Amino acid sequence: MSSPAVARTESAPPSKPVQRLGDRIFSGSTLTAGALILATLAAVAAFLVLQSVPALTENPEDISIFTSGETFWTYVWPLIFGTLWASALALVMAVPVAIGIALFISHYAPRRLAQGLGYVVDLLAAVPSVVFGLWGANTLAPLVQPFYLWLTENLGWIPLFAPPASGTGRTILTAAVVLAVMILPIITALSREVFLQTPVLHEEAALALGATRWEMIRMTVLPFGRAGVVSAAMLGLGRALGETMAVAMVLSSSGIISFALLTSSNPSTIAANIALSFPEAYGLNVNVLIATGLMLFAITLAVNAIARYIINRRKEFSGAN
Amino acid sequence: MAQTETAPLQRSGPASGSGQGSKPGTGSGAMPNVYASGRLGKSVPWIVLGASLLVSIAIFALVQVASGGGFNVAGAVVLTGVLNGVAIYLTALLVEGGRQAKDRLVTTLVSSAFIIALAPLVSLFITVLSRGTARFDVQLFTESMRNVVGEGGGALHAIVGTLIMTGIAALISVPIGLLTSIYLVEYGRGALARAITFFVDVMTGIPSIVAGLFAYALFAIFFGPGIRLGIAGAVALSVLMIPVVVRSSEEMLRLVPNELREAAFALGVPKWLTILKVVLPTSIAGITTGVMLAIARVIGETAPLLVAAGFTANMNYNPFDGRMQSLPVFVYSSYVSQGTDAQAYLDRAWAAALTLILIVMALNLIARLVARAFSPKLGR
Amino acid sequence: MDTIFVKFTKFGRVAAVAALAALTLTSCAANEGQAAGGTDSAASELTGTLVGGGASSQQSAQEAWVAAFQGMHADVTVEYDPAGSGAGRDTFIAGGSAFAGSDRAFRDEELAEDNFAACVPGTGLVELPAYISPIAVVFNLDGVDSLDLDPATIAGIFAGTITKWNDDAIVSQNPDAQLPDQAITPVHRADDSGTTENFTDYLNVTAPDVWSWEADGVWPDAVTGGEAAQQTSGVIDAVTTGTGTIGYADASRAGELGTVSVKVGEEYVPYSAEAAAAIVDASPAAEGRGEGDLAIELDRASTAAGVYPIVLISYLIGCTEYEDAESAKLVKEYFSYIVSEEGQQVSAEAAGSAPISSDIAEKSAAAIELIK
Repeated sequence: MSSPAVARTESAPPSKPVQRLGDRIFSGSTLTAGALILATLAAVAAFLVLQSVPALTENPEDISIFTSGETFWTYVWPLIFGTLWASALALVMAVPVAIGIALFISHYAPRRLAQGLGYVVDLLAAVPSVVFGLWGANTLAPLVQPFYLWLTENLGWIPLFAPPASGTGRTILTAAVVLAVMILPIITALSREVFLQTPVLHEEAALALGATRWEMIRMTVLPFGRAGVVSAAMLGLGRALGETMAVAMVLSSSGIISFALLTSSNPSTIAANIALSFPEAYGLNVNVLIATGLMLFAITLAVNAIARYIINRRKEFSGAN
Repeated sequence: MAQTETAPLQRSGPASGSGQGSKPGTGSGAMPNVYASGRLGKSVPWIVLGASLLVSIAIFALVQVASGGGFNVAGAVVLTGVLNGVAIYLTALLVEGGRQAKDRLVTTLVSSAFIIALAPLVSLFITVLSRGTARFDVQLFTESMRNVVGEGGGALHAIVGTLIMTGIAALISVPIGLLTSIYLVEYGRGALARAITFFVDVMTGIPSIVAGLFAYALFAIFFGPGIRLGIAGAVALSVLMIPVVVRSSEEMLRLVPNELREAAFALGVPKWLTILKVVLPTSIAGITTGVMLAIARVIGETAPLLVAAGFTANMNYNPFDGRMQSLPVFVYSSYVSQGTDAQAYLDRAWAAALTLILIVMALNLIARLVARAFSPKLGR
Repeated sequence: MDTIFVKFTKFGRVAAVAALAALTLTSCAANEGQAAGGTDSAASELTGTLVGGGASSQQSAQEAWVAAFQGMHADVTVEYDPAGSGAGRDTFIAGGSAFAGSDRAFRDEELAEDNFAACVPGTGLVELPAYISPIAVVFNLDGVDSLDLDPATIAGIFAGTITKWNDDAIVSQNPDAQLPDQAITPVHRADDSGTTENFTDYLNVTAPDVWSWEADGVWPDAVTGGEAAQQTSGVIDAVTTGTGTIGYADASRAGELGTVSVKVGEEYVPYSAEAAAAIVDASPAAEGRGEGDLAIELDRASTAAGVYPIVLISYLIGCTEYEDAESAKLVKEYFSYIVSEEGQQVSAEAAGSAPISSDIAEKSAAAIELIK
């Protein structure tokens, strides 16, 4: 993943630079840190796999968390669907808004104001997920419920808004809004920093050519920041996929698969399901829940692989210089 | 696409000069003010905004009268936004031409994105402030919950626990994360670097409760089952924190212009000193933001701490011995297990949530000041 | 300008460090460590830390018991981890805690395995029904404070077959109530819980035609149309913020919400502590249990006068014979306090539980005597 530019600095000097002691210690310690991360992750993965094996190999009839005839796969499938669905909704809502805010702070707001505004958005990151859960369930849900009712009554023919509307507003859409608010500061903060790093010369060149502010942004800032924004979105997605408490508190979940956004029967997410079921789980049920955690792990792996692929295809726009 | 649009501008030169390619006609008068003609005055966007607001208020007032319901504030705000966007686009299209109109539309959109983000923020803070101030008193900061039933008691044990555990987590994660990102940007090549980048991304998706279970299982190997330690909570938080630190720092380090590195190398500065003295200071503001985000990400975690660090009503300063309470767990358990005097429990929960937010705000502020002091004074 | 910033930063850092130091160095919380000298000497010979964990339903009661117990024995610390019944039982089996709180007793097959790490093998367990809490059926309907419903109607509402508040089944039992033509939104627990297990057990036993699903801690997926909310607090919040909502929750949390009087035999019984304790007395002990094991088979179909059949029994579980004598002493004292009249009174005040009857208290005291 080294950017081409960095590779250039290595090859540019005619002779190999002298390896000093400080260099060796420093590069050695960075390598150790990287290896340590891999080791940690391997340990987590090993823990997950070891704990998951019984859930997959034991006879499903012996595992009390499954209803009769259910297997691990029929148990986990609606959860996988719910996880992806809720995260996708959250990402669709959060990314455009986050890019908008990041641009507003980096290129629209007066410079003195921008610092303060950035700080204000960062505050959203400071709110613990329990509070998001309380806010989502007790403030946001009752607030949007009449709106949901209106949507199902007037736009119910669209499958997404299929009736009946939830009586309390704790639907997957509400959960996705809460998730979107939670990941907003992560995406915003990183995008903002990336946008701010756009070479001033590029921007000024565009403006000097008579570009409007939007044209300048589209021609210089966005291409420069694209990879960073995708990374930021991936970080946000990671948080959305793994968010536990807020979803558990907001979502009215049941084990179904449905695209309907506004009903009271919604697919649950893997992380929320673990939080809901873990306290009362015992014996093999614990293994089943950890195995669902392994599935989430696999999903994250797949999602990230896809994102990497997208970034790499557009590599010519990314990186410094 | 962008190239072709700018090309005619480049050729048009200063002579035709109104700067609006789509309206060449405006420049043909005797001596028009090329800077003011065909442009909307500074006050126009505000007038349009005010007009949209008035119109939508009028519409919703009519709806209110007609249907007899309450005044729909949210609806009025949304309509104002939509009206304003359309109106400003049309106005600019008529007066200034398509490109400027698009520019103004984007400005409106970007600004409204900000307003959209502010709405939940404001709502959240009003909620937390209005409910949290009831018990936001001295007692909260001087007492634990030992031997407290119903009213009274404080969250000192939780505050101390949160600071200790998050502090240790940061001590573990920031060096590891920062060094790894340096490795990835400055040294890493080939399969190992690719693997690290990829798996760091994967790590961001570890559900928080799994991190807690992992930390618990790890410590249970050494200390036997049922072990609950502050340090185990800190390890769980580190697992969640490291990927955020790596990912954000990596992004920031990559953005340091190579000219700076090359200039340092040209002066004979060793690579490690170049990184320490040139690369890191240049990106310190972004890295600090990333670290603060990471801390904010983990300081509010409930599930892993409940599993790994346990629950207690008592003070504990020692992360290596005994259970440790934390603010999120305190908030959650106060909310979930309300006794007969429910209000006392809720008041404590909200006051603790407010405290947690204030702690992160303070940390954030300090970090920003530190970053400002260290970062070189660049163009912006 | 820059120097000002640097100075300010330094000041900020110094201030932060100082604040942190002040926080850490102030010896202790103001309310801790003061009771040491002032307690009566007879009781304070007990020292050490007693670790237990399990059912979150017991948490507020445990808080009250722990506070009172620590007040009597200043050098004792009791930690109760409200991690959940399943987690509590598993930790107890693994020997990670000296006692467990659980919303159900150990099953026969679990007892047969006899692999409790903290106990001397082959000695059996002490299981005490120490926390009895009525589960109220609560609803939020303008202008209606209480309703009389029979089990079949309650089951119909929660199963989604009765969907309107002015359904004949409801109206016929409540001729005086002003029931609107409004949709019913039933709210159930989203998490796996003892409350749900007891509630679904009640529905399944008393109205098997309408509610054919067996008792389970997880709400059956086959039931559609209901809302799910996390924990008792979540259910109460959902019922309170919605309209036309109905749910079930620990009675102590019913607050301002309307409650249902349940039909038992020929009369409608509102929930009360006495009625909840009465059903426990009217129920037989589980068969084939050891001497110290007071597990109860709740007789939900009981038609005895004045019993309220929807109750949650949460057990205190310990060893009859501990590997570690210190734990045995602490557990014995602590359990004795909990089942004492004073202990039950304390939890009734703090958590709204139903005090156990003197009959069960006597049996419990006898069981606790076995602990060594």
